[in-house]
Amino acid sequence: MIIKPGTRKRGDDRDEAMAQSDELEALTKAFSGHGVDETTLIAVLGKSHPEKRKAFRKGNPQFFKEDERSFERWDDHRIKLLKREFSRFKNAVVLWAMHPWERDARLMKEALKDGPDSYNVLIEVACTRSSEELLGARRAYHSLFEHSIEEDVASHVHGPERRLLVALVSAYRYEGTKPKEDNAKAEAKTILNVIKSGEKKTDNEEVIRILTTRSKLLLKAVYKDYQEISGSNLDEDLKSDSRLQETVQCLCTPERYFSQVLDLALEIDADKSTKKALTRVIVTRADVDVKEIDEEFNKMYGVRLTKKIEDTANGNYKDFLLRLIAKGD
Amino acid sequence: MQWFYLRHTPERLERERVIVMASLVVPDHFSATEDAETLRKACQGWGTNEKLIIKVLGHRNAAQRKQIRQAYEQLYEEDLVKRLESELSGDFEKAVYRWILDPVDRDAVLANVALKKSNPDFPVIIEISCVHSPDELLEVRKAYKLRYKRSLEEDVAAHTTGDIRKLLVGLVSAYRFEGEEINARLANSEADVLHNAIKDKAFNHDEVIRILTTRSKAQLRATFNRYRDDQGTSITKNILVEHPDDFSVALRTTIRCFNDQQKYFEKVLRNAIKRAGTDEDDITRVIVTRAEKDLKEIKEGYYKRNSASLDQAVAKDTSGDYKAFLLALLGKEE
Repeated sequence: MIIKPGTRKRGDDRDEAMAQSDELEALTKAFSGHGVDETTLIAVLGKSHPEKRKAFRKGNPQFFKEDERSFERWDDHRIKLLKREFSRFKNAVVLWAMHPWERDARLMKEALKDGPDSYNVLIEVACTRSSEELLGARRAYHSLFEHSIEEDVASHVHGPERRLLVALVSAYRYEGTKPKEDNAKAEAKTILNVIKSGEKKTDNEEVIRILTTRSKLLLKAVYKDYQEISGSNLDEDLKSDSRLQETVQCLCTPERYFSQVLDLALEIDADKSTKKALTRVIVTRADVDVKEIDEEFNKMYGVRLTKKIEDTANGNYKDFLLRLIAKGD
Repeated sequence: MQWFYLRHTPERLERERVIVMASLVVPDHFSATEDAETLRKACQGWGTNEKLIIKVLGHRNAAQRKQIRQAYEQLYEEDLVKRLESELSGDFEKAVYRWILDPVDRDAVLANVALKKSNPDFPVIIEISCVHSPDELLEVRKAYKLRYKRSLEEDVAAHTTGDIRKLLVGLVSAYRFEGEEINARLANSEADVLHNAIKDKAFNHDEVIRILTTRSKAQLRATFNRYRDDQGTSITKNILVEHPDDFSVALRTTIRCFNDQQKYFEKVLRNAIKRAGTDEDDITRVIVTRAEKDLKEIKEGYYKRNSASLDQAVAKDTSGDYKAFLLALLGKEE
């Protein structure tokens, strides 16, 4: 049936307006969250008529601003965000393909460069890897950056956290079976006394000694004993010292720690560096304990990690992450 | 001609250089089985034939000693080390026990013994940290964990406090970059940092510790040289003059180990020989740990600085089988 110009029915206009706003919604969703929905982008933008695209630009003031010279111009900030979201899949693949040593060395270097807001990544790498894995990362750091990691951390980090961070990246903890003399209770008491005294803990000599040199097996026992003698959890009591809190969480309750980091990363208004954690955690834990993290996440937040990723991530990036998590099945 | 060229690869030259500096004399013919049998004979019956033990063990390198232990175990289903421990005594036993262990295991034992003393022997920890290559130090840390079921840094931390702890834990935990490249600008700025810290009455140790425990050895030497060029005196001398206290002793030991380890070891020996008393730990340690490395060079340095031979000084200061064993390691021919 040939529609002559000027003979459009009222219903058609409404359908068209609906279809247009559906597409707008789909496009906006394709760019929001983590990664981009490539299929939707191709489907909507690929086929759209110049008029439709103009309508899209005009109908999306947060993406396009009306320029004084009569055109709708990409918002600079939005372009940056888009570039970031498009790179998310690339970064995940590149990070995944890397040797774990190179991966950890590069993560630590980047964290140092990004500054104090990213120092939690240093703690995460230093505390959640095995002794040999951390050693490997230190070797790779030599090759990649021609300095030792401890030298760079020591010269870039200032203030009370320096001692803690240098000691954490330098640790080569004992990993064997529980030794006969185990003074976990005494160590727990020592820490409790420091906390009770109210003094600054971040560079307290004994707290640093215990957290940066003792084996993880012993520290888990210290965590338990602390709970028994004080009634509260050590990481809760260290809330005022975020570095120490992160250290204890990474060493004693890593699945819990990773679940919290992922939850923050998956929030709608998460900032740039918080969002990065999604790729980092999934890629670095896929071979280790991502299943346990998924279970812990479910316990803590009442929703499976995989479901949360399904809802907030897009396209190839989403598929890649879900594939990494499912890998073990 | 091709044979000549192949003979002098860089690796072989390095190996030969090390062998040239070692004082240990090793015979051309070696049979682990024969040696194991000889040692068995030396330990059998009443008393022990110490001279035979010295004749064998005093002239075998680390690889050979390991093979002898294995051969002995196979032949007699007994640990040679344990057998010697029960047969020998005193300083001689301590020396042979340290000598017969694998070098990295030995250093782990030395570190543990040093820490367990009522007054921990810090120079031993410093020596082990500074004299080895980064990978060798790592092997010592592995050996320590294997033997004591705790990490080296864990025990160092538990037996020290304050700034000494910061320094020593930092030294044993370091995995330094091994390149020979130096950054001249960094050497300059860190020489200034050191100068300012030392000049200051309060002498805040944190920056000094940071530099000493993290920079590569090449970078450190460049920094110390730069300091000497700028200030006209060596950094160790200035530390001594401005701050004569216990922590500074540890700092100076560290710096001297990095700068010139032969000179450092020669001084340890000289002081140990001068000291009246029966504690021969220092003498045993230096001779046993350096016999296969650079004891020859240390001997030459000793002669130059004291106009007396190290062999003679040791012979005067020690006696019996212990003396004979040390002299064997020093290179005394049969």
